[in-house]
Amino acid sequence: MNIKLLHRRALYFLACIIAFGIITGCASDKKKGKDSDDLVTIDSLEIDEQLIQDVKTVKEIFYSLPSPLETAMILKQAGAKYNEELLNPTDNVSRYVTNKSMALNLGIYTTDLSYASLFDQTQATINYMNAAKKMAEGLGILNAIDEDVIERLEANINNRDVIMDIISETIMNSSSFFEENDRQALSTIVLVGGWVEGLYIATNLVGADADFNNNELINRIIDQKLTLSTVISLLDESSDNEDVQAVMTNVNELKAIFEKVEITTSKIEPVTDEETNITTLKSETTISMSPATYNELKEKVKVIRSNYIL
Amino acid sequence: MKKIYQILIVLTVLALIPFYSNSQCKSFAKKVCKLELTPYIHDGNYNAAILTEGEDAELYKTFYAGQNYRIYICGSDALPEIEFQVLDVNRNVLYDNRKNDYSRVWDFKLQASQQLIISLRVKNSEGESEELVSGCVAIMFGIKEEAD
Repeated sequence: MNIKLLHRRALYFLACIIAFGIITGCASDKKKGKDSDDLVTIDSLEIDEQLIQDVKTVKEIFYSLPSPLETAMILKQAGAKYNEELLNPTDNVSRYVTNKSMALNLGIYTTDLSYASLFDQTQATINYMNAAKKMAEGLGILNAIDEDVIERLEANINNRDVIMDIISETIMNSSSFFEENDRQALSTIVLVGGWVEGLYIATNLVGADADFNNNELINRIIDQKLTLSTVISLLDESSDNEDVQAVMTNVNELKAIFEKVEITTSKIEPVTDEETNITTLKSETTISMSPATYNELKEKVKVIRSNYIL
Repeated sequence: MKKIYQILIVLTVLALIPFYSNSQCKSFAKKVCKLELTPYIHDGNYNAAILTEGEDAELYKTFYAGQNYRIYICGSDALPEIEFQVLDVNRNVLYDNRKNDYSRVWDFKLQASQQLIISLRVKNSEGESEELVSGCVAIMFGIKEEAD
């Protein structure tokens, strides 16, 4: 092999790296531009055209859904009880072989894991961490949930604060992995899976005799109308992905039902407690959802979730 | 030939910078930013980007009644001050850190669930430096159960 040929190969290799870097760099820029275009969806929040023009100049836009951990905390705070029968059995892990089903069920199992841990269900917590680990491995998320995480979880199984921290870390490892590897679509599907699981658990924990005008769990379910627009904006960012399109169809079915729900809010007044330095955003909200709409929503969530857990 | 190599090496380094920066940003958010949320629990979501002075970012999120929240805007030490505001959906300002000595932390709770916008901007450096400074900026959320 002569030196010239070696040089030529080295040059070819470097050129490939540069081309790859430039192409992915351009793709990243394109995504940022697309973020701006997708802002049309914010229109549904009744923000005026001028506002959309203002937002278009923003460099980065993030749409943040409640993480599985936050969803579980919202459920508990609203008075939810623990019911393991509502969770996706961990035996189901072998059913999930496609990227879409693994991503959806990574979100679902992480929500189940958070829910179980908040109610101090030690064995269920370990089982659901293992189920989430299998989904993460299937998606190629390296080190999101490794043996060290499982060992730490088992060693601290009676220390809820440490467990919460471990769960938070695994969620962050997954979402940052997708971000770094330009797999935003899968990241979104994971979050939607977790969100649907939260809705499924919540709608199944509301008793048949619940007072629709004074039930915190029903109020949090109604609040998901606010989150829905963020879900749609997030899905729009990856709308060229087939799996995202399928999930979007489900979300649009939920949107059609949530449109029958009314939420009106008064002007928000921030009041800061000088002693604790905590601000309370004071406002009054009127919400309205008929029992028929609630049952329609519950049934639709059940059907969508059944399709997700297969 | 030597010159071509030099140019190609420079271009290669430039092409790989985004990957390196993203990885640095994640590590920064995990090791530095997350600690500032204590005693709140990090929700686990990763919202971070490399921003250059003068650039801005916005985040849309629903916050729920009954939860206690901490927002922490975490920026690399190299960056100038970061301005941040919390707005309602009609863009009324609910919090502005310029009125609080550019504090990067805001603790709050809500009487009713709301969709809010976190708007931030990296200020321009003071002085006459010709180089624009870039760095990682992460928007972190901590949550805490309402005390009984």
